[in-house]
Amino acid sequence: MNVCIKIFRHDPASDEQGRFVEYDVPFEEGMSVLDAVNYVSNYIDTSLSVRWNCKAARCGSCAAEIDNIPKLMCKTKITSDSVTVGPMRAFPLVKDLVTDITSNYDKLRSIKPFTPGKAQSGVWRMNEDDVVRSQEFRKCIECYLCMDVCHVMRLHNTNYVGPRHVIKAASIDMHPLDSLDRSVELKEKHGLGYCNVTKCCQDVCPEKIQITDNAIIPEKERAADAIYDPIIRLIRKIRGVK
Amino acid sequence: MDYERVESDVLVLGAGGAGLRAALEARERGASVIVVSKSLLGKAHTVMAEGGIAASVANVDSKDNWKVHFSDTIVEGAYLGDWEMVEMLVKEAPERVYELERFGALFDRTPDGKIMQRAFGAHTYRRLCHVGDKTGLEIIRTLEDRILHMDVKVMDEVVVTKIFTEKGSVSGALGLSIREGKFIVFSCKSLIIATGGAGRLFLVTSNSWETNGDGMSLAYMAGIPLQDMEMVQFHPTGMVHPSDAKGILVTESVRGEGGILLNSKGERFMLKYSPERKELDARDVVARAIHKEITEGRGTKHGGVYLDISHMGRAFILKKLPGMYDQFMSFAGIDITKDMMEVAPTVHYFMGGIKVDPSTSATSVDGIFASGEVAAGVHGANRLGGNSLADILVFGKRAGKYAAEYAHKAAHKTINNSDIIDSIGDVTKYLNQKGENPNPLMDRLRKEMSTHMGIIRDEDGLKTALHNIREIRSKAAYIGVSGTPKFNQGLISCIELANMSVLAECMVLSALERKESRGAHTRSDYPSKSRAFKGHMICGNKNGKPVLSFEPVRPMPARLARLVKEEVYV
Ligand SMILES: Cc1cc2nc3c(=O)[nH]c(=O)nc-3n(C[C@H](O)[C@H](O)[C@H](O)COP(=O)(O)OP(=O)(O)OC[C@H]3O[C@@H](n4cnc5c(N)ncnc54)[C@H](O)[C@@H]3O)c2cc1C
Ligand code: SF4
Ligand code: SF4
Ligand code: FES
Repeated sequence: MNVCIKIFRHDPASDEQGRFVEYDVPFEEGMSVLDAVNYVSNYIDTSLSVRWNCKAARCGSCAAEIDNIPKLMCKTKITSDSVTVGPMRAFPLVKDLVTDITSNYDKLRSIKPFTPGKAQSGVWRMNEDDVVRSQEFRKCIECYLCMDVCHVMRLHNTNYVGPRHVIKAASIDMHPLDSLDRSVELKEKHGLGYCNVTKCCQDVCPEKIQITDNAIIPEKERAADAIYDPIIRLIRKIRGVK
Repeated sequence: MDYERVESDVLVLGAGGAGLRAALEARERGASVIVVSKSLLGKAHTVMAEGGIAASVANVDSKDNWKVHFSDTIVEGAYLGDWEMVEMLVKEAPERVYELERFGALFDRTPDGKIMQRAFGAHTYRRLCHVGDKTGLEIIRTLEDRILHMDVKVMDEVVVTKIFTEKGSVSGALGLSIREGKFIVFSCKSLIIATGGAGRLFLVTSNSWETNGDGMSLAYMAGIPLQDMEMVQFHPTGMVHPSDAKGILVTESVRGEGGILLNSKGERFMLKYSPERKELDARDVVARAIHKEITEGRGTKHGGVYLDISHMGRAFILKKLPGMYDQFMSFAGIDITKDMMEVAPTVHYFMGGIKVDPSTSATSVDGIFASGEVAAGVHGANRLGGNSLADILVFGKRAGKYAAEYAHKAAHKTINNSDIIDSIGDVTKYLNQKGENPNPLMDRLRKEMSTHMGIIRDEDGLKTALHNIREIRSKAAYIGVSGTPKFNQGLISCIELANMSVLAECMVLSALERKESRGAHTRSDYPSKSRAFKGHMICGNKNGKPVLSFEPVRPMPARLARLVKEEVYV
């Protein structure tokens, strides 16, 4: 049995427009979309551009739009006799299935790094319960599927940093020993206000991180508290609730 | 063909744990640093590490200390590990872990709030500091964060194809920017190779795409000898089913947290092979046991054995092994809180690699250093789980220090223009439509390695492999692909095939020469360990031809020898 895989081909350096090209690939039980794409790039057209690395859903390299839904190619099984694969549309195209995601590194740079309070000396102690909240966000494999699906990101005309970077900030904010607060900056500098909590991002996250519920909403609330209700904030700080 | 030129004091090849830790160190010591990586920053093979990092911080078992860790590492490395490197590893690992914590990493905690540690194969005590089963990801993110907020230039998706030397010392390197399809000439005073292992030389491996052994081959081509290349670790438990999941690692933590191995008759066979340590014996022992069960007909229908953790309960499994739960759910449709997993050995780690000076990580070429999986020496004939993450941080930092110190005293050397042109030509020659597709040849090479360089080896098989590898090498002269240099997967395959075939030959030659069974190297024709082979196979490059020599293990000083039970030969 063969699978018909339609792959987006486009080299912006030489082609005016991209197009979907059909390839027939022999089907194997348990085949992933990445397997099929690699079959094409290994044996049919070696110039096909595709980015992957771990093939185990751990590195976040192989993000693409599969039948128009943002997914990891290595984690998506082929379940019918045809499938369409295109690049993420929220990022500039490099070639074929590969996009330029380097802007994300600048965004990561713009988030203040972990800054422990000065009182920390000797062996650090933290409660498992406090650590778990931040650990959820640290499962992020930087696939940027959440950014791809977000309608605000696709508009390209706001300064919103995007869901990945909000959880990055949240992962440090919720570190039990971090001494800063990044919520106001998220709102004022990073356009968090543009997010209207549609939750599409958390629906596509392969790590099932509750991006909107556990990071975006709490950061929005904290920013609101800080801006409109400095007293509550002060009390929280004194009580040690971050 | 045009090229861009960039310059730094220190050039780091690789953005895995070793490369990033080295870059950090070199920068903090005042050197200007460029990091080059074949994959995107943050996606290096290290992100896949699961179980944890071995450090005798003794948070869980108070009796643990560096001496026990030292003894465990030497004994399980079948007495081939270099004592000086092992001593540094076990003494410095705790500080590297605490330092990560100070950089912002969040490890799992003990009830009294300290860093949690778990049991792992052949570690006497519970020693692996961990973050669920995503320890490597946390390490990479923590270092990535640090690097992004420092003045270090990262050039990712650049594949380095050549190291330039000038009169016996380093002058720079040539890279191809994959994203842009342009060549880059790096000029540097010192260079650190931290390009990781070579698992993809085999058909079934837990490793990522980028682990083709490029760095070992680059070093070899620059005249640096390779060491212990026959020592390949087979991890006992990789997925076997379905086809797309074949080889993906099933972390040792599953056994560390209580998982048991069963054959198709339902027997817990490790009771037979290792009554005391059972599932948690060293990797080579468990891998051979599984291999034996399968070859003797007690395997599952997909060619594995069963691994069961369901008795530990759903809540426990979801907290301690979330990645495994997810992996089996999405790749195999199996709920490990209820059902058994099917597993078989998978190629996992290279104990061998670039020969380095134990105390400085320097290689035989002035100004070139190597650290991480690409370097040999620490793990001897078998690596303990968790020791690699310790290795990449301990020796990453060390290489960074010594490379920076070297750079402070050295000057930039001019890179010969004709060398540059020739080296670019070595890559662009593959852009030849009439050439043969490299991928089927690469498949053949992998098949050779899996068939003859597997868990059990013998002279006939190895000789066949050698013959076939040489044939593949001669065919590789005719490979070529169409298209432009930009993000051309086929072009990368051509570059990699050349590297892989060089290494494959060194590996098989070393395996042929080691006429004994020790650690991960098992010869059915020489089933026991031999005193005559207590040493390293060194594969040097003499005018392009591999030449083997043997170097005995350096004797341990008495203060350390006291800590380790004496090696026995039967
Ligand atoms: C699934 C899995 C689980 C593991 N779990 C554990 C564990 O729990 N504990 C433990 O201690 N160890 C574990 N290991 C082993 C450990 O992860 C690796 O040995 C270690 O991460 C290697 O790190 P490194 O920095 O040396 O190299 P890598 O992380 O492999 O990095 C190599 C870098 O070099 C770059 N590179 C390669 N070739 C080139 C080139 N030609 N040009 C430019 N750049 C290049 C790559 O892009 C990459 O950035 C595990 C391994 C696997 C596969
Ligand atoms: S919840 Fe916010 S970040 Fe997520 S997709 Fe919707 S708008 Fe974008
Ligand atoms: S939050 Fe989830 S979807 Fe977004 S980048 Fe991280 S892993 Fe990917
Ligand atoms: S290849 Fe790493 S996530 Fe798919």
